[in-house]
Amino acid sequence: MKKKSITVPDPIVNIIDLALYYGKTKALKEINLDISKKKITSFIGPSGCGKSTLIRCLNRMNDLIDSVAIEGCIKIDGQDIYAPAVDVTELRKKVGMVFQKPNPFPKTIYENVVYGPRVQGINKKSILDELCENALKKAALWDEVKDRLRVNALDLSGGQQQRICIARAIATEPEIILLDEPCSALDPIATAKIEDMLVELKKDYTVIIVTHNMQQAARISDYTGFFMLGELIEFNVTTDIFTNPQEKETEDYITGRFG
Amino acid sequence: MKNLLGSGNPYIWLTAGMLTICLLMISGLTVLIMVNGFGIFWPRKIVQFTLLDGEVILGEIAKRESVPHQKDAYRTKVKVGNRDVYGMDFRWIDNADIVSQTYPVHALVFERREWGNLYGFLHGLRQNGGVKPLKPESMASLLGESHALYKKIRYIAKKEIGNINYRIEKTRLELKRLALLQPSEKIQKRVAEVKARMEHLEILYREKEDTLAGFYKKAMEKEVVVLLADGREKIVPVFQIIRISMPNEMGVFAKVGFYIAKFWEFIWGEPREANTEGGVFPAIFGTVMMVLIMSIAVVPLGVLTAVYLKEYAGDNFISRLVRISVSNLAGVPSIVFGVFGLGFFIYLFGGGIDKLFFSETLPTPTYGTGGILWASLTLSLLTVPVVVVATEEGLSAVPRAMREGSYALGATKIETLWKVVLPQATPGILTGTILAMARAAGEVAPLMITGVVKLAPSLPIDGYFPYIHLERKFMHLGFHIYDVGFQSPNVEAAIPMVYTTTLVLLFTVLILNLTAIVVRNKLKKWYNRGAL
Ligand SMILES: Nc1ncnc2c1ncn2[C@@H]1O[C@H](COP(=O)(O)OP(=O)(O)OP(=O)(O)O)[C@@H](O)[C@H]1O
Ligand SMILES: [Mg+2]
Repeated sequence: MKKKSITVPDPIVNIIDLALYYGKTKALKEINLDISKKKITSFIGPSGCGKSTLIRCLNRMNDLIDSVAIEGCIKIDGQDIYAPAVDVTELRKKVGMVFQKPNPFPKTIYENVVYGPRVQGINKKSILDELCENALKKAALWDEVKDRLRVNALDLSGGQQQRICIARAIATEPEIILLDEPCSALDPIATAKIEDMLVELKKDYTVIIVTHNMQQAARISDYTGFFMLGELIEFNVTTDIFTNPQEKETEDYITGRFG
Repeated sequence: MKNLLGSGNPYIWLTAGMLTICLLMISGLTVLIMVNGFGIFWPRKIVQFTLLDGEVILGEIAKRESVPHQKDAYRTKVKVGNRDVYGMDFRWIDNADIVSQTYPVHALVFERREWGNLYGFLHGLRQNGGVKPLKPESMASLLGESHALYKKIRYIAKKEIGNINYRIEKTRLELKRLALLQPSEKIQKRVAEVKARMEHLEILYREKEDTLAGFYKKAMEKEVVVLLADGREKIVPVFQIIRISMPNEMGVFAKVGFYIAKFWEFIWGEPREANTEGGVFPAIFGTVMMVLIMSIAVVPLGVLTAVYLKEYAGDNFISRLVRISVSNLAGVPSIVFGVFGLGFFIYLFGGGIDKLFFSETLPTPTYGTGGILWASLTLSLLTVPVVVVATEEGLSAVPRAMREGSYALGATKIETLWKVVLPQATPGILTGTILAMARAAGEVAPLMITGVVKLAPSLPIDGYFPYIHLERKFMHLGFHIYDVGFQSPNVEAAIPMVYTTTLVLLFTVLILNLTAIVVRNKLKKWYNRGAL
């Protein structure tokens, strides 16, 4: 099968012939893809096509699942992240992740945000305070919570919780942020807030986002990859994908003729 | 019939019926304990019976029942007290023999330090050989005087002489230690010094003994003369009397006051007369302290075991086997744990500690004999399965998303466990601890061979270095019940104490558990809320 892929400028992540098995089932089939630095790249595709599986490969979250086996290679900054010498925790500090369902810890807002820095051994209050404030500002949450940093994060609304998770990821100062359907549980207003924030984040970070929302991908991303049944069908500049898809499957999917 | 079964109603009745039976039994037990336990301190009237043969009996009515195999015949059990005079506390009389029954206003109950209650009438005060009449009202000042003296004597006997004894013992051990060393000039000088100190202490000791003897003599100077129901006179030193009451004359308020005073004494006082009178404070203290030490030991043991089983061991044959074995430990008879504690903790560990650190006191064991530490550790083995199971459940209940969230921020497994997983599992851990505490507080059998005694000379915590004496023997409410109820020389008089002690044990467990439950609910509130 043809794998329509383009070369992108200034790639930070190179995915080369990546295949992934859950036991005997092949969930990812020879993916080849580059991700451009300080751009938003979105992954779309029908449910169960392996988008989550793919982005979980980028910070080796799949290591936690025993049955997973991986072939091929992923390079970040030119280094193979599955090489034996790689320190997984270092990798995860560099590649932050926000999950589909908000999962703040049952701690205070402040403790949630400074969790990453604390894990890195930063304990000085002044530094933590500053990191917390910056991260919350970047996550567009500072004004809403600045007076209640000691409140349990679980007392916030769903959208606020998701932004706490984003702030938590930012506070670790990663280079790449992975977001797995961050808006799936949110209403349009909260979604809009997060979208604005992502566009803002692009200045400093490389953002990879999985989404089911075609408009969202079209609105905010620079590049889009379309997946089906574990395969990368098409990867291109977002405007091209949505206005001029090269593949029949892509066209069917984005015009809603699929499933 | 089919319809009826199909409707499901009979099953509801069945389950509800079972629940009712359970509730009835539990509430029946509780009510029985409450009524008997709370009732005993309420002052009862003193009755004076005149019998057919002219005998007069004074005492409290303990029980009335029908005579077996005889119609309409009743008999009465009277607590006549005066054990030193009559030889027994209780007497049965046939109601048919009773000629008259009165409630003399001036009948008195003398509570004594020894020999139990005395029932009678105040006759006079004997001092320096002469007897002069005495009014009941003027007893108060006499008693106040003697109580003050009693306090002074206790202070000298317990605190001052105890202190000297403690120092003598230390000096003696030092001498023994010095004797074990290579003799040299320096050491001989030390020995001479220590010996001098010893002599000084012994002189001090004798001085104190003399003062004490003087006080005792003074204490015996004043005696009251009591007229017994049968006309005999009985002479009681004022010093022997703890409390005098006139129950036939008391109003409700006086009775309430009396009741509170007695209950207060029961909770905070020390036991007297082979535990059948006085208070149970040392037993309460021992129980609470043992349960706390047990919790301190069982929580880390159980939690770490559970963490390993759940987080590291994986799910294989061996881990399943371990899990089943741990659960089955709960079915091992508790006395077996006691025997294990005796062999493992006391002989092996305690004996080893003695050899290493207390060799100068051998062959008298310090740790090589039963004590509160070993009893608590034995109980923690007994209760560890509960904590392991509860902690495993608590760990399983922590959502996967929480762990992933932590890993994604670059935390290692141990950091994730420590900062995210375990805190969220604490309500579960506390539930396990609560169950363990309840189990441990009520357990008696293993304690009997690992350190509980019927009367401990001192509490495991006191003012002498190192303040907490984990090697000491201790008293325990559960064992107290067994001892008072079944081992005491005067079982009949002690029965009410059994109920009250049971009540206190129940309340102690309740309070311990309520504290843990309050903490747990606070934590639960923090962990289990969510806007989503
Ligand atoms: N832990 C697992 N063990 C076995 N199979 C899995 C596991 N996780 C996912 N899969 C399978 O891998 C395939 C890809 O799953 P993945 O979660 O990556 O899909 P997705 O594209 O993220 O779908 P969605 O849009 O619904 O989130 C699915 O067929 C799924 O059943
Ligand atoms: Mg997914």
